[in-house]
Amino acid sequence: MASAPQPLVEFRGVEKRYGGGTRPAVAGLDLTVAKGEFLTLLGPSGSGKTTTLMMLAGFETPTAGDIMLDGRSLAKQPPHKRNMGVVFQNYALFPHMSVSQNLAFPLSVRGMRTQDIAARVDEALALVRLDGLGHRRLDALSGGQRQRVALARALIFEPDLVLMDEPLGALDRQLREKLQAEIKRIQRALGLTIVYVTHDQSEALTLSDRIVVFADGAVQQIGSPQSIYEHPANAFVAGFVGENNGLAGTVTARDGDVCEVRLDGGEAIRATAIGNIAPGARVVTTIRPEHVGMDNGIDSYCNRLDARVDELVYHGDHSRIRATLPGGATLTICAPRGRGIEPAEALPIGWCADRCFAFPADDWVEDPLGDAQ
Amino acid sequence: MTPSISVQPGSVRATRMPRRWWTFALVAPLLLFLLASFIVPVLMMLSRAVTDHELADSWPKSAAALSRWDGEGLPDDALARTVAAEMLATRQAGTLNRVANRLNYDVVGSRTLLYLTADRMAAGAPGNSLADLVRIDPRWANRTYWSAMRHAAGPLTSYYLLASLDRRIDADGNIAAVSREQAVFVDIFLRTFKISLVVALLCTMLGYPVAYLLASLPERRANPLLILVLLPFWTSALVRTTAWVVLLQTNGVVNGLLEQAGLIDAPLQLIYNRLGVYIAMTHVLLPFFILPLYGVMKGIEPSAMRAASSLGATPLTAFLKVYLPQTMPGVAAGAIIVFTLALGYYITPALVGGGADQMISGSIAFYTNQSLNWGMAAALSLLLLIPLLLMVFAGRTMARTVPA
Repeated sequence: MASAPQPLVEFRGVEKRYGGGTRPAVAGLDLTVAKGEFLTLLGPSGSGKTTTLMMLAGFETPTAGDIMLDGRSLAKQPPHKRNMGVVFQNYALFPHMSVSQNLAFPLSVRGMRTQDIAARVDEALALVRLDGLGHRRLDALSGGQRQRVALARALIFEPDLVLMDEPLGALDRQLREKLQAEIKRIQRALGLTIVYVTHDQSEALTLSDRIVVFADGAVQQIGSPQSIYEHPANAFVAGFVGENNGLAGTVTARDGDVCEVRLDGGEAIRATAIGNIAPGARVVTTIRPEHVGMDNGIDSYCNRLDARVDELVYHGDHSRIRATLPGGATLTICAPRGRGIEPAEALPIGWCADRCFAFPADDWVEDPLGDAQ
Repeated sequence: MTPSISVQPGSVRATRMPRRWWTFALVAPLLLFLLASFIVPVLMMLSRAVTDHELADSWPKSAAALSRWDGEGLPDDALARTVAAEMLATRQAGTLNRVANRLNYDVVGSRTLLYLTADRMAAGAPGNSLADLVRIDPRWANRTYWSAMRHAAGPLTSYYLLASLDRRIDADGNIAAVSREQAVFVDIFLRTFKISLVVALLCTMLGYPVAYLLASLPERRANPLLILVLLPFWTSALVRTTAWVVLLQTNGVVNGLLEQAGLIDAPLQLIYNRLGVYIAMTHVLLPFFILPLYGVMKGIEPSAMRAASSLGATPLTAFLKVYLPQTMPGVAAGAIIVFTLALGYYITPALVGGGADQMISGSIAFYTNQSLNWGMAAALSLLLLIPLLLMVFAGRTMARTVPA
């Protein structure tokens, strides 16, 4: 990441309402994108992230506010003058053209000479590792190859900005991870500025320099992957990004950042208070599975509880324990390697208050992607 | 015995074969129905274009003798005697009509010549030599009549097909143009192709924007419009055409409106001419263009147009280079359907066209229903069928090279 990034794009109080809708699709959006940055718009479907991207590309018009590119307003700029490469979820390739013709399209509409185009097309094919496939028809390509063509086509005319709308959504997991690495490699090699839309939080954490978390048309948090993951700004972010346990309870006391919470099952724990919560407030306390310790590891932790193992869930490279607290709440814990776990076994667990956050209970969403797909 | 789990290739084929027969058995009733009710009758009808059996049926001995004659000069007395005898016999049996009509198609006047000669022989005039026949009527000394008889002796003939192209075989055996007042079919064929082509072009120009509108609207609003497009389908051809008569006639609705608006002083001639034919046929055939194109346009990803504009194409360029090429299979399909259907139209031109706007199907109907010259009807149909099959073949080739 560049140390003193130049703001390339700036959203100023942007709002988008669709005709007849009372709730805006996007509201009060202030956002900057720095040159050379990989910025991800992350959120469940209907959260406004794609609308934001489409306003930037020029396919949607903001109903209020303005979007600036290099300090100039984009309000009067039609999409074809914005010089932004867009990669669409369904590839949006031209089925009546060969791979090379697809790649040549942005160059030929810019009036480039035929022999220069051929050289650039070869370069672009090499960049996405499709050398020699230029003559192919699109229906002779796999899904991953088509996505590479779409990527190359969005890059070949050296756009100021590359926009990607869930570009890997249609691919299976292994291919997705391979192409993530590829996109990151190309972004670094060419110093691209990318605005990337996804609902996949692990994709966002892997790729991004900064992440913007969207929910209900509003920005929930903007920050680096680490800060989003380690210090979520609210319960929505805590639940949406990464795996998290949510334990409902009531605040009994507060001392600065630290508060005492009585869980609904009766256990008392200490947590870091986020936001304006006073004694008596309903909260959700969150603790990530990997931050829960057990056995001798918990001696230094202020929260120590006796859980009972329900089951061990095997994931191949790691395992998860599903456990129940004495009061009946369940939580997921990272299983340490080499320690045998038996169902119904009594398990002393604990965590430290720094890793455990108490949020106002109303933003907690149990299953944030429940009906997203 | 040990049970074997290995599958023999032969046994797989053995189990597949009955299944293939089953599928054939399922479509067999339809195939037989089509064969009996459509394919065989059509082929029998078309075969009349190249077969000639009237003379051979009625005058078998003369037909054999005519076939043996080399056609040079005038026939010998033996041939003349055979023809005269059978002419008299069929006249007395009341079946001379068939031969007389057939020969009259080729050489006008043959009919009266045959009847006159037969009647004179019945009255006692001798018919034992060529000289006897020439004494009855001097026209028997004209080789034209004998050549026509020789060509009509069958079993195969080029007469009908040549006549459909305004050509005939003259007395010397050469292909020659028929006289100008008889030459009509080439003109009608060319007119038929021209009208069909213009109608196909009009349908393309009028139908493309409609199909585009339908494809770009949300389904909820496109469906009522689609019903309006389909409305002409559900109206009988006669009602539709008559409605155009009401609208377009000299004192009709359109002329009335134009006059009231002060755009014209005297009524325009909108019907009973080529314009009326174009208007009515385009209206009737428009759905056949719009529907296939609509189907193709529905299959085009809207994001392709967005992608094109994000890549720097102006809306016009995006349309011309991305949208239009993808719709070409639909345009081709629709235009070919309209063109081939238009080739066969005759009711609409008959009702809203003038005398110079009749199409070849009108002539076919005339020969089939009124003059009962099925040989001509079959020959004209055969000549119409050839370009039609070429269009279908072109359409298939195009559909194979451009994926929809």
